[in-house]
Order: sequence, then structure tokens, then C-alpha cells
Amino acid sequence: MTSDGRSPILTLRNIHKSYGPIEVLHGIDMDIHAGEVVALLGENGAGKSTLSNIISGTVLPSAGTMTWQGASYAPANPREAMDAGVGMIHQELLLLPHLTIAENIFVGRYPMKHGRVDRGEMESRAHRGLERLGLDISPRQYVEGLSTASQQLIEIAKALTLNAKLLILDEPTAALGGEETKLLFKQIERLKSEGVGIVYISHRLEEIKQIADRIVVMRDGHKVQEFDTADLPVRTIVEAMVGRSMEQMFPTLAVPDEETVLEVSNFSSPSGRFADVNFSVRKGEIFGIAGLIGAGRTELVRAIAGADPIRSGSVKLNGRDITPNSPRDAIGNGIVLVPEDRKLQGVILDHSIAENIAYSNFESVGRSGWIRSHRVREFADKSIRKFGVKGRGRQKASEMSGGNQQKVVIAKWLARNPRVVLLDEPTRGIDVGARSSIYEIIHALAADGVAVIVVSSDLEEVLGVSNRILVMAAGRQTGILDRDEANDVSVMELATA
Amino acid sequence: MTADQDVGKSRLLDMISIRGATGPLIGLLLLCVFLSIATDSFLSFRNFLNILDQITVLGIMAVGMTFVILIGGIDLSVGSVLALSMMVLGYLNVEAGMPMAIAISGALLASAIAGAVSGLLITAFRIPAFIATLAMMSIARGVANMITNGSQIIGFPAWFNMGAIIRYGGFLTMTVAVMLIVFTVATLYLRYREGGRSLYAIGGNPEVARLAGINVQRTTVLVYVASAVLSGLAGVLLAARLDAVQPSSGVAYELDAIAAVVIGGTSLSGGTGGVVGTIVGVLIIGVLRNGLNLIGVSPFLQAVIIGSVIVLAVAVETIKRRS
Repeated sequence: MTSDGRSPILTLRNIHKSYGPIEVLHGIDMDIHAGEVVALLGENGAGKSTLSNIISGTVLPSAGTMTWQGASYAPANPREAMDAGVGMIHQELLLLPHLTIAENIFVGRYPMKHGRVDRGEMESRAHRGLERLGLDISPRQYVEGLSTASQQLIEIAKALTLNAKLLILDEPTAALGGEETKLLFKQIERLKSEGVGIVYISHRLEEIKQIADRIVVMRDGHKVQEFDTADLPVRTIVEAMVGRSMEQMFPTLAVPDEETVLEVSNFSSPSGRFADVNFSVRKGEIFGIAGLIGAGRTELVRAIAGADPIRSGSVKLNGRDITPNSPRDAIGNGIVLVPEDRKLQGVILDHSIAENIAYSNFESVGRSGWIRSHRVREFADKSIRKFGVKGRGRQKASEMSGGNQQKVVIAKWLARNPRVVLLDEPTRGIDVGARSSIYEIIHALAADGVAVIVVSSDLEEVLGVSNRILVMAAGRQTGILDRDEANDVSVMELATA
Repeated sequence: MTADQDVGKSRLLDMISIRGATGPLIGLLLLCVFLSIATDSFLSFRNFLNILDQITVLGIMAVGMTFVILIGGIDLSVGSVLALSMMVLGYLNVEAGMPMAIAISGALLASAIAGAVSGLLITAFRIPAFIATLAMMSIARGVANMITNGSQIIGFPAWFNMGAIIRYGGFLTMTVAVMLIVFTVATLYLRYREGGRSLYAIGGNPEVARLAGINVQRTTVLVYVASAVLSGLAGVLLAARLDAVQPSSGVAYELDAIAAVVIGGTSLSGGTGGVVGTIVGVLIIGVLRNGLNLIGVSPFLQAVIIGSVIVLAVAVETIKRRS
């Protein structure tokens, strides 16, 4: 609780929420003051979203009371919450790309004059909103083509033109790079100084330390801990989230073999997203690739997996040149990719887990091109059991948590006994508990003699999991660090070099 | 249910299951019951054979359309390709005096070329399937007309027409036999072949399919070729039934084919559905037309009724999926 003695703008008392017989929120108390940033933390399924949806009027509580600026507050829908001054910025941006910024800000409530949309009024009000956020762009510009950070800020501007006094930001930096995050934080500071209260949801604990004034940690629908400062060791926060000690988060690393499996030489992309990359990975080695967003890491691993074309360079596997032309080519040589965007590139959400796994293992589930459905099911069940995926083969991928989806994406490759596994942001958007089991899978792969490449923007992760780390900056390779010389400072130095 | 029972049961049921098409099938049965009561002539073996004869052309085209829609595409050119195939057949056989085998091969080849062009436009030049096949619809129709400058061709050998009339073993005409073979092969292919399962992956998400090692571009071209060849085959059968070919055949057939696929529960966004559903969809359209004719409903009202059935079928599926 802040100590300035002012009364909070929003208080929550004993908030419960049940879906049928299942209670998902068990009596939450919370206060939010004007001009402070409260970080709401917890694993997926801890109840953060339900709680913020209750505050923003999307979900009705089963029991409990809320007070907003001294008066009783019970929004029946998001509209009422917005009118009261509570705005929520969702993780998925809900902007219309083919409309202008001003139109996006006022869609559904266009200012009218003589029965026509008053464009002048709309644009000048939009301009004021953008100015307040320090955004120097014309409200007449189309949203299409704007950076994700700008789009995020436009969502915030939209909330501000509604005179929001409380903003709920759900993972606002999930798609932002370092620079963009800085810009967003500057604007958050500014809103704070204007007295706007902010509830900030994020999985990135380093950010929380920078931006939050207080931390509320949730687990399994309970508020488990409240910290009056964000200046805490990450470990303390994570332990509160997971409810157990973090000692076993990263398993101990084994020493890889001497034998080189993968050799990438003079690798360059046609668009210049990466150029002249050289490295080799040994049998059983976990090779991390670090760098800021836009450094070319994703493009690099996609090219190694044959998913994107290259301009020059070669990929050698056990000394043989196998530079792939297509994913099919790479897969045939035992190089497989677990892509960055699980939902768009990893699984078909609408299809069952068994089908998803079968798509990359046709020869294991059939004979000379004939697929046998019982083999598909057995195969899927085997893979599911092996990786501790919670779910059944016939379940649709969309019905599973992100962590389990990711396990399916990994599982679908491993039956092929790949020699090189490329994992691009393997734990993005996955809660802390499921992360450690993904790390276990990565280590098991290395122990089996697979050369594993892990691209990660999470510094702690890349440091904890890798034998060696390749650092990239703006498409160039700036260095390869051994485990004993790699730490957050040395990696960041190279990443910004 | 234990895993063992699951497997044993599924093996048998897999072959005859109508996954996702139960709704349309119930609709078809209700329709048959209603028509049996409402008319004296509907419920007879003879009328059943008539219906099979009437749906051959639509049935074969709808199978090709199912493949296309499964990968998330659309093929508007099937009616024109059918006409093109018929005119090539007539030209080669009647005008050029070539044997029927060569004429049929030529007709199917011309169709395949049309399908390959559509497929390449869609994959290599990234033209949306709707536009590419809309263009092909116009081009194929134009070429079909150019062959005889718009006039019809008659004078096929007598046995050709007999293939659509003589009922071998008392029930099976050649044309219906061809349709049944196409149904069987397509069903087995989609369910049990690697290539068939790949179509579901591509329709579900082409990028996931590509990263899984499926050759999406080649498969897409082949699907449009298959759709065109099946339309060409339907054209040959139509020529046999009519004993004549004319370049204005098959106008708006693509819409019937799309309707049959959609009524059969295949999603227009791709990735779900199948040939069994489409067969049910084709039967619904066929039975409906046949039955409404027997009752004496005007063709104009028939069109209204068929339109309503399309909406009904899709609405039921959507509601079922949501709940």
C-alpha cells in the first residue's frame, strides 16, 4: 500500500468468481491509487485475466464489492467501465488497419455535426490524445504500417480520449522491442504523473522492476503476496509466483561431445536481415542465440531450417554440405524448427493434437503412404505421454494451454530422431511452471546427442540454458561467448554493439 | 473406454463413418421420408436409379471442389472447364475422326492444362484463387466457344450414349459406375493417403504445413489440376448422357458444386470436412430436385428452396460448432 495517505481510486473487496461449480477467484482484495503502477503477476491460469476482466466490466463477479473514486462500482459491460473511466488495453491489438488513427480512436463514437462525422473535431481531439503521449504522428495516417509500439500507444490514446483514470495494460510489451518498450515506459511515467492509475500485467519480470511501484502476485485464484516495492530480486518474485524455490528451474548442463554436428558458414539473407554468420554446434550442445528484437535471430534459424531463402553461405551436417532449399529438405536431413509463433506457424489450432503430430510424421503412422488412424492415435498418445502433455490425442490444439501446445510442437518432431533442433523463443507466453518442463525437454535432447539451438529474448533463459551463446546485433554476429564468460552484462554489451 | 476398445472399434467405424456429416445425413433421411409420404412415385428403385443418373455430373465435380475447398481455395472455373472438355471431346472424336479413347484423353488433358494454369497463377504469381479461377472461367468458356465458333457438335458413335442408358446388371449405367469409382477413390484418398491428409494440414494453416515438410505449392497446383480433370471427366459423362456437346454447357455448375460441398459440412475456410459429407450434399440437392419435380413445384420455387437449404445446413453446422 502506498504511504502517501490518499484514499485509493479503486478498491476491490472480497471478489469471488465462479464458473458453474468451479471457483476461479477466491476473495481478492486490492487497492489501486491514482498515479501508481501496480504490477499484477502470476502464472497463466492464476486469475489475472479474470480479475482484470472484472475491473473492466467484461466479466461480472459472483460476489464482492468494488468502489471507484469513493462510489460503489459495478460495471455491467465494458462500455459502462469505459464511461466511468476504466480502460483496458488487450494483449491482442484491436485496431482496424485500413482506417486512420483518428477513425480508430473514435470508431463507434464519432463526433457528429449536422448529421455528418465531424472530421475536423475528430482529428483535433485525436491529435490532443496523441500529443499527451508524446506521439508525433498525424491522426490522418493509416494504422496499417505503423509499428506495434505505435499501435499500442494508439490504443492507450483511445482510452485517454475517454478520460480514463485507470488503465489496465495486458502484456503491452509482448510484441515490442527494446527501444519501443523504452518509449512505452516513458509514456507510462507521464500518465502516472498526471494521476492515472495503472494495472500492469506482464511475464517480463525485468520490466516490472523498472516500471512498477507495487507488485501483487496471484496464484490459483488467490492473492498470495503483495510487495510494496518492485525493487526485489527476480528470484523472490518468481518464487512467489510458482510457490516453490527456483533452484531447479534450469537443470545442470552436461558437457557436450567434441564432434561437430552443424556448421554454418558465411550465411547471409537476401534481404540483409542477417549477414556473414559463422558458427558450429557440437553433438549434445545447447547453443543459445541472444540479441535484441530485430537482430536477425529468427530469420537466421528459419533460413537454417530451409523456411526462408538465403543469398549465400552453406549449412554442413557432419561435414557434408546440405544447405536446404525448403523445410522439407532440412527435415529430410534431420534439421527441424520449432517456430517463434506457435499459433501461426507451429500448430493448426482447429485440428486435433493427434493430427497435428501426424502431419510431420506421415511415414511413422502409415505404410507406403497409407495412413492408419489407429497408428496416428497410438503415436500421438505415446508422444503425449513422453512429454507430459496434459491432454488427449483427440483434443483440439486450441483447447490446450500455451505450454502444452508448445510441447506438442516439439513432440511432433522428436519421433524423427532429429540431429539438429532449432527452437525459436521456446517459452514465449508460457507460464513459469510449464517453462521448467520445456527446459527439461531441451536438456534431454542434448543428452541424447542432438545439437540444440535456442533463440531467446529472455536473457536469464538464454544464460541458464546454453553451453555457448551467439550474440547478434542488427543482423551481424557480434560474438560467441562461452558459458563461463557469459553474463547479462557481457551479452548486452555485444547485443548493443 | 479403454485404448484397445477404442482402436478395434475405430478400425471398423472409420471405413463407414460420416464424421462431421451426421447433420446433413439426418436432413437427407428426413427429406426422403417426407417425399416418400408426399408422393407415390418417389420411393421406388427406378426413381432411385434416376436420381443417381441425375447427380453424376454434379457429384464428380463436387468431389474436385471438395479438394479445393479443403485446402482453403475455391474453383469457379469448373463449369467452363466442363464445357471445354466436352468441346475438345466432340472436336477430336466427331470432327477429327479420332478414336474415342484418344478423344477422351485429349479432353482430360485440356482440362488438366486449365487446372494447372489456375494452380500456377495461384501459387507462383500469388493471385487469389477467387480471381485466378474467375479468369479461367472466362478463358475456358471462350476457348470452348472458339472450337466450333459457338455451335454444337453431334454424331458420337451410338455405343457412347448407350453407356449412359444401358443399366448393366439391371441397375448400373457406365456413367453412374464412374461416379461411384470416383467417390470411393476420393474417400479413401482423403482419409488414408498421406497426400489426402496433407490437404487438411494445408487448409488448416499453410505455413504450419510448409514448416512440417509438406510441399504446399506443388500440392496446391495438383489440387487445381485434380478439380479440373474431374470437371473434364464430368463433361465426358455429360456428353454421353446428352449424345451431343455444346459450348454453353455447365453454366453456373460451379455454384451447385460449391453448394453441395458446403451443405456436406466442409468449411469454406478450409481444413475440415470431407468427400463423404459432399456425397450427402450432392444427394440432398439431387433428391430435392427430383422430389420437387415429382410434387410439381416450379423450377423458380425450387431455386428458392435450394437456397434456403444451403443457409439451413451452414447455420446448423455453425450453431453445432459453437455449442
